[in-house]
Amino acid sequence: MLTFTIRRLVLAVPTLLFISLVIFLLLELAPGDPMAQVPLTVPPEVKEKMREALGLGQPMHVRFWKWLVQFFWIEPQVLVDHYFGTTFSEGDLRVISWQTRSPVMDIVIQRLPQTLWVVGTAYVVGILIALPIGIYSAYRQYSWFDQAGTFISMVGFSVPPFFSGVLVIVIFSVNLGWFPSIYDTTLVVDDWESFRRQLLQMVMPVTVLALQITAQISRFMRASMLDNLNQDYVRTARAKGLGERTVVMVHVLRNSMIPVVTVIALGVPSIFGGAIITEQVFKVNGIGQLLIGAIQANDLPMVQTLTFIFAVLIVLFNLVADVLYGLLDPRIRYD
Amino acid sequence: MTDLTNPQPASAPRNQWLDVWDQFKSHRGALIGSVIFLLIIATVYVGPLIWRIDPQFLPQGRDFITLRDTRPIWVGLWDSSAKVNWAHPLGTDNLGRDTLARLMFGGQVSIAVGLTAMLLSLLLGTLVGVLAGFTRKLDGPLMRLTDLFLALPLLPLILVASLLFRESLSAAFGPEGGTFLLIVILIGITSWMPTARIVRGDVLALKEREFVLAARSIGTTNNKLILRHILPNVLSPIMVSATLGIATAIITESALSFLGFGFPPDFPTWGRLLNDGVDRLVSFPERSILPGVMISLTVLSVNYLGDGLRDALDPRIRGR
Repeated sequence: MLTFTIRRLVLAVPTLLFISLVIFLLLELAPGDPMAQVPLTVPPEVKEKMREALGLGQPMHVRFWKWLVQFFWIEPQVLVDHYFGTTFSEGDLRVISWQTRSPVMDIVIQRLPQTLWVVGTAYVVGILIALPIGIYSAYRQYSWFDQAGTFISMVGFSVPPFFSGVLVIVIFSVNLGWFPSIYDTTLVVDDWESFRRQLLQMVMPVTVLALQITAQISRFMRASMLDNLNQDYVRTARAKGLGERTVVMVHVLRNSMIPVVTVIALGVPSIFGGAIITEQVFKVNGIGQLLIGAIQANDLPMVQTLTFIFAVLIVLFNLVADVLYGLLDPRIRYD
Repeated sequence: MTDLTNPQPASAPRNQWLDVWDQFKSHRGALIGSVIFLLIIATVYVGPLIWRIDPQFLPQGRDFITLRDTRPIWVGLWDSSAKVNWAHPLGTDNLGRDTLARLMFGGQVSIAVGLTAMLLSLLLGTLVGVLAGFTRKLDGPLMRLTDLFLALPLLPLILVASLLFRESLSAAFGPEGGTFLLIVILIGITSWMPTARIVRGDVLALKEREFVLAARSIGTTNNKLILRHILPNVLSPIMVSATLGIATAIITESALSFLGFGFPPDFPTWGRLLNDGVDRLVSFPERSILPGVMISLTVLSVNYLGDGLRDALDPRIRGR
């Protein structure tokens, strides 16, 4: 198992390198000029100097290598410096955003908590709702509960977040006035009143994201439970006189959770992708909105770094899912 | 023993597709879904021939004041002061353009994008899948390519690419045609991977079957073998991914338009109309809700269609 994990980790390196190359080459084609906003009165020689200061004007492979060094070598050093007060990264050039002329990673770190709060809560809530629904609708297959669950999860699949978001804004924010329609990221939670406000503003984005997650995971849970309920070991467990509760909640559930856990792990990166749209609807000031803003402003280092972070998440959670599958299911050992 | 003395069956064997249709009929959701999907397509493509208001028509002068910002007629039921007009049953937008005509026009674009992108992704997926399953040498590289594509962050890349190539394609094919081509190609080349994996798996299993050996032994060439014997047998998973492909393509197109990376502003699609309505959500909620309902209804009906198709095309379920 350990050798398998190490082998997969080593294999992930060329994958990530290839992905970063694809992203880099795609952005090479971008027509934008970072000097477009500089006033016309600035003479061309100065503009050329400014362009060189941003690291442009060198051959493509040199810039790609520089970006790799900055991202994989200098940025971790900055992180270490930040936590331990060392000075490894002093004087090194970091990945600089063209919009703000400040390091990209600093902005990402500022924006990350908002996204993690909303997305993370939504994911946990979605899973907590989905599991019982999946278990019960499999146990009572073709009952009205199962039919209703199937319909609701179909709706959850089909209604895109940019519509369900607008819909809950119209209902709960415009007509009923229960929740604010805009997520206020400047809110500091220091007492009960601000905590209540934080909860209120999180309700709608979390609901919209959780609806999609619930739809997907409850389907998987149901299918996986159905596969296991007809197995011989279930009959054996019943025959030896175990209670129905023990049979379903211990014997069947533990075996059914194996594929579901991997699906949950695989879903984490796609949820970050989906959050791009939800953040836009509720004006959450997270990394999704940062990406949209950076694309519109032609801020290539920012776009490159953010897209690459998404890619790292995907590769990482694919790996996690594979390893979890091997750990949970002794029948599957990748040796 | 009577069977042996009379080898003629009593009736002709049933067509396989009749069995499929019987199973499909018994799935009520799928039947309703397909009817609704066909109705939406008919409304969107035939409707403009009956409802002959130009979606791009802008009323001028005095008409502009009287025609703009009308509400749908049902608003008049509870709000007698609302500005309603029977000539525009679904109301007009802030420039006086008819909402019903715009919804039908937007639907044409959204469904055309969905169908074309689905065809492209099926073509790519089937090609890669058949090549990888059939030729041993290509299997490894093609499947690694599929894995790599699956590891790409697709939505961010689509967003970036849709901004990068917009100018050049617009210059070559006009703003609308260029964007259409761009979105179709982007959705197509980012959604073929699941189809390729499924098709490869099926082809690998089919390749070892006796009928393929029989066909090969009478001297069938590889091309004929693929076209006549392999492809018809992988048709059912391809059809199921086709329906799901339409759904994802429509959602992706609407998401792009919603984020402002899709078609130009004066060219309505359902996602664009939804996005345009968001700014005046408080006074005119129907401007966002109507296109949103259309997107959701289309995707829902297509998903149910795919669900029923999957059950109907699976011979293990069909007998029951």
